[in-house]
Amino acid sequence: MATVGINNVRKAFGATQILHGVSVDIADGEFVVLVGPSGCGKSTLLRMLAGLENITAGEISISGRVVNNVAPKDRDIAMVFQNYALYPHMTVRDNMAFSMMLAGAPKDVIDAEVAKAAGILGLGDLLHRFPRQLSGGQRQRVAMGRAIVRQPQVFLFDEPLSNLDAKLRVQMRAEIKELHQRLKVTTVYVTHDQIEAMTMADKIVVMNGGNIEQIGAPLELYDRPANLFVAGFIGSPAMNLLPGKPTRGGFETEGGAVLPMPAAVRGTPGWYGVRPEHMLLKPDGGIPAVVVLVEPTGSETQVLVRIGDSTLVCAFRERVTARPGDVLGIMPDLALVHLFEAGSGRRLPA
Amino acid sequence: MTEPAQSNAATAQAEAMTWDSRQRRVVMLYVPLACFVLILLFPFYWMTVTAFKPNAELYDYNTYNPFWIGSPTLDHVKHLLLDTAYPRWLMTTMGVAVASTCISLFASTLAAYAIQRLRFRGSQYVGLGIYLAYLVPPSILFIPLATIVYQLGLFDTPFALILTFPTFLIPFCTWLLIGYFKSIPYELEECALIDGATRLQILRRITLPLAVPGLISAGIFSFTLSWNEFIYSLAFIQSSEKKTVPVAILTELVTGDVYQWGALMAGSLLGSLPVAIFYSFFVDYYVSSLTGAVKE
Repeated sequence: MATVGINNVRKAFGATQILHGVSVDIADGEFVVLVGPSGCGKSTLLRMLAGLENITAGEISISGRVVNNVAPKDRDIAMVFQNYALYPHMTVRDNMAFSMMLAGAPKDVIDAEVAKAAGILGLGDLLHRFPRQLSGGQRQRVAMGRAIVRQPQVFLFDEPLSNLDAKLRVQMRAEIKELHQRLKVTTVYVTHDQIEAMTMADKIVVMNGGNIEQIGAPLELYDRPANLFVAGFIGSPAMNLLPGKPTRGGFETEGGAVLPMPAAVRGTPGWYGVRPEHMLLKPDGGIPAVVVLVEPTGSETQVLVRIGDSTLVCAFRERVTARPGDVLGIMPDLALVHLFEAGSGRRLPA
Repeated sequence: MTEPAQSNAATAQAEAMTWDSRQRRVVMLYVPLACFVLILLFPFYWMTVTAFKPNAELYDYNTYNPFWIGSPTLDHVKHLLLDTAYPRWLMTTMGVAVASTCISLFASTLAAYAIQRLRFRGSQYVGLGIYLAYLVPPSILFIPLATIVYQLGLFDTPFALILTFPTFLIPFCTWLLIGYFKSIPYELEECALIDGATRLQILRRITLPLAVPGLISAGIFSFTLSWNEFIYSLAFIQSSEKKTVPVAILTELVTGDVYQWGALMAGSLLGSLPVAIFYSFFVDYYVSSLTGAVKE
């Protein structure tokens, strides 16, 4: 197990800057998720950590040892690739044993380690099969097994669930998290799926355009997003973000809706943010909103409403029987409203 | 319309459709295929028929059917095997083809891997350079090569061919293998790098086992090209007994201006057998290397 330090790391491919100096400290045994839209540099950062890409500037250390010029095999890491990268011509057993065979481990030690890892992942019966004879979920498990066998200091996962169907993804998500709780190995996990990030991480690093937007625990990011990008990226359905300006009566959106403002706000807000689940139904005295669309999901009802020309998504725990065209009385939960500065998009302290 | 009438109509329609598609299949697939096979196999047929025809039938098409043998004979084959150095030519050709194929495969595997995977500076240009080298015709190259062969003291030895055939085999095989290596996912090698493998271990244990179909088709191509090569074999070998089959049957089986057609065809037939056998063993690999990439 190990700590990982990423210190002001930059990456450029020719004249194109991919990472503009990012720093993250990862504690021993922590599960850190790098999340962001495609092209934000998260996979590049992971590959730099693995030693598969050169570091243009900055420093990466594992357990306090700077590994900038250390070969991937000497970094004591294991990586699970997006397409699993199982060796197609080797059986499951040989796939898992490959690194130990290269290291010249005795056969009985290899067999014991492979059996142990196979036991953890429920692969015991599949050891003599070839990757092509396995299902997507089983391949994923073999890829993890191959990583476990090495007993590395750090696990790296590069979007490992993106090739699986929705149901299997949820199942494997739980398995990976359980595995981490069991082995307690420092883990860096890359995904573009914010739900994966929220459910699995001890710490989330939100990246965008080669920069880090915010680092924090999942609920911290959800409750106190540092800027507009994080506010819009974390949470599903996404936060309602309405541009506008404060007026005497509250916050007037560009669409002409006037929404109540929290009492103490420092700075000039240019954006009003409220999560769909923080909109409340107020049959008496709420803001009148015209229903555009009603989407019941069972546990909650998502309602798209229009106030003036601004549209908002609301998620109510109550069952809503309204039909498109009806008028509902709604009110944002003032304690949970987020305000962001005009221009910079930074969160304004309440 | 009543219900049975409707169902009858539907059955008739379905039958018409199957008939239609069957006819379509015959016209679109089997007829062109048959023509293709006929055209491809006719030279072999002609060669075989000629090889086993007595000279009397061979030179008198008015009395005898040119497409059939009246009284087959082994005279030409006997003459070829017993009165000429044909077995020796066959061995020489085999030895030269195998050796130059092995040398070319070894060199082009390393070259293709380096160009495709090591991503060194200028690797693209090296690839392009190798391709351009392939475009230089052997009829131009054999003159400077002859000087080199002569100065190295290799003239009239099999090594003159073993060492010069790779000049056209290596560029070809390198290009074929570059394309094949490209189809092997790079992640496999990255994964092996993390697993602790060196570049040579990756090549030996990951890339080459996955590139077997590509290696086999490169091997088949090299072997065939070497087997059939004419101009270098003609230019660099002088002694009658050291010649390769394609050159020898033309220079040794034509006496004056008389073509010994029976023996010529028997020689060609026997000479084409090794290549045909070679192909038939590896045809699956060969097809898969031309049509598909590595499947997990």
